[in-house]
Amino acid sequence: MSDQEARRFVIDHFWVAFAAFALACVLGVYQVLERSGIIPAIQSPAVYFASVSTHGVLMAYVLTTFFIMGFGYYVATTSLKMPIWNKPLAKTGYWIALGGTVMAAIPLLLGKASVLYTFYPPVQANVLFYLGATLLVVGSWFWAGIMLVMLHQWKVAHPGETVPLPMYANAANAILWLWTSVGVALEMLFQLLPWALGLMDTIDVGLARTLFAWTLHPIVYFWLIPAYIAFYVFVPAAAGGKLFSDELARVSFIMIMVFGLPIGFHHLYVDPEQAAGWKLAHGIGTFAVAIPTLLTGFTVIASLEVAGRKRGGHGLFGWIGALPWRNPMVLAAILSLLMLMLGGFGGMINASYAMNTMVHNTAWVPGHFHLIFAGTVITMYFAIAYYLWPKLTGKQLCSASLPTLQLWSWFIGMAILTTPWHVLGLLGQPRRISDVTYNTLLTLAWDPYELAMILGGCVLLASALLFVYILFQTQTKGAEEPDRAVAYAEPLHPVVKLPAMLNGFGLWNRVILVLMIVSFAVPIGQFFFMDSFSPSAWGY
Amino acid sequence: MHINPLERKWVYVSLGMVGLFVASIVLTAITEGVHPPSNVETVDSASLHLGDEFAEDKLGVRQQPDGSLRVTLVAARYGFYPNHIEIPADTPVTFRMASVDVLHAAHIPMTNMSTMVVPGYVSQITTTFPKPGDYPMLCNEYCGLGHDHMWSKVTVVAKEEWHGVAAAEQQGSKP
Repeated sequence: MSDQEARRFVIDHFWVAFAAFALACVLGVYQVLERSGIIPAIQSPAVYFASVSTHGVLMAYVLTTFFIMGFGYYVATTSLKMPIWNKPLAKTGYWIALGGTVMAAIPLLLGKASVLYTFYPPVQANVLFYLGATLLVVGSWFWAGIMLVMLHQWKVAHPGETVPLPMYANAANAILWLWTSVGVALEMLFQLLPWALGLMDTIDVGLARTLFAWTLHPIVYFWLIPAYIAFYVFVPAAAGGKLFSDELARVSFIMIMVFGLPIGFHHLYVDPEQAAGWKLAHGIGTFAVAIPTLLTGFTVIASLEVAGRKRGGHGLFGWIGALPWRNPMVLAAILSLLMLMLGGFGGMINASYAMNTMVHNTAWVPGHFHLIFAGTVITMYFAIAYYLWPKLTGKQLCSASLPTLQLWSWFIGMAILTTPWHVLGLLGQPRRISDVTYNTLLTLAWDPYELAMILGGCVLLASALLFVYILFQTQTKGAEEPDRAVAYAEPLHPVVKLPAMLNGFGLWNRVILVLMIVSFAVPIGQFFFMDSFSPSAWGY
Repeated sequence: MHINPLERKWVYVSLGMVGLFVASIVLTAITEGVHPPSNVETVDSASLHLGDEFAEDKLGVRQQPDGSLRVTLVAARYGFYPNHIEIPADTPVTFRMASVDVLHAAHIPMTNMSTMVVPGYVSQITTTFPKPGDYPMLCNEYCGLGHDHMWSKVTVVAKEEWHGVAAAEQQGSKP
């Protein structure tokens, strides 16, 4: 694949991701409006739950998977200076994933798959939904395999050399994704698909929930890692400084990969099918995975400080003002880190074994993950797109100021949306209702917060459309961009000698295998020994 | 491998912070028995009405032989049955719930009475309500297009005004 062709391939991935994103934002505004109940004409649980299911699938599975694949191909080709290995295979993966997306979108949009993006058996969706979702995951496995082959080929060709940090992290993400997706793949292949095809009459819901929990937590790190890659390798360079520590960055990525996997049971804290001891064990792991995020926060802020001081900022806080706030990458990193701190704080509460019961399944939870995912992660996806678009399309960004306006409006919109959402959760509002019909005094307190969320949703939609507009204008009308080379940040202290375990994954795969067996063998195995009663399929 | 001294300090601070959280959770779990509801017990959801525990005339608030209070509830689209219960404040109450159909969850806002109700399993949770008043018990897991309407009432009366189980039992038997 020529450079030009590879860039085109990456752009194709990004457009699928951002088209899904824009559509999902439109649905989001409908949802906040419908949920508030201020326009009686649009009240409809059937439309609302179809919309919520589609919004979740588009944002969490389509936007992320396509963005991560496109970004991964770009990082691999530019940091390893190699062409994409096996172009036909890569294209096959892309088309399988895209075909699966379309296949799942049809029943979703027709209201035939209103089972939310977490599937929730024993309510049953149209079989095309399950097939489509499976194909999306299968397509992404092609990508993960290609990433690992390219890493291997590069290491064979460069014995003893250090794998460039962005590729090391990218490969960690591919490995993380392969481990992560096994849970949902087992649920699909042995439970949901045969059941939806009529080959099985009943489904063990406890087992299905346990397998889904296997995937449900590490998948968020799959989404998060590209944002962290940008923190480590793009932000310091954009701010005019250096990466504070290359080695500790690798340690962070390894810890995310290893500790991120065996901890899914905090999603099942109040479930009846798993015992307290297993929940506690996964809960401890959940706290352990906070460590790499604390390390990342330190390294990124330290890298920014190095840059700020280099630019003439002094004093305890003076370096903050000296940063190039108008640079989209730097601005995005600052806004994204702010949301990460608040969202991380909320995450600690969710992770807290017993305190979690106060917020479990309440509006607090979507408030939390919108702050982390839509706030921290997507803000960095924006910044990556702004940085790579000129490199990919060969056109300069159509405006220097619009991207900063877009990033600020996204930040403000997300603050207006998620703050009331958290409060509603503390006031007991369930996360997945389409309307407030409870005849109780408690719900009166909810009204003002729901109205505020409408404002947040509208600001976010405007910001999302502006983002798509900037990319489209740039690609179609932008002036010629001479600089097509990507700049990855140099570490402050060049890496001279790296222990083998920070340059490869053999050891870590074995550690993960052991941790997964310890964390899941009994909790999954129990379903084959206990006298369980599986329900049949229900409509919704 | 190069690690900056400041960075090393931050690693220790991070480990200390996370260690403190984990230690307090593990300690309260072991010494005080603070756990989320985790009762691994199966039940045939399709024949609850034929069983001993979840048959219609067995639901509601009951006093156990040891004097403790037990609330037996069935979650079904779209309600918790019986749909109004009365329980005393400052008294440990054990809820046992089973679903007839799909996934549900029960949460009494402002309290830690929160559990998933998964078909095929019995959920059990014991808690104490310190404040008397009328509380809603909301289904907070998506269970179908009528999910918004799934809730019931819980009246917590002051311990001294509690009329005992007989009254509650009567109340429970007419959903």
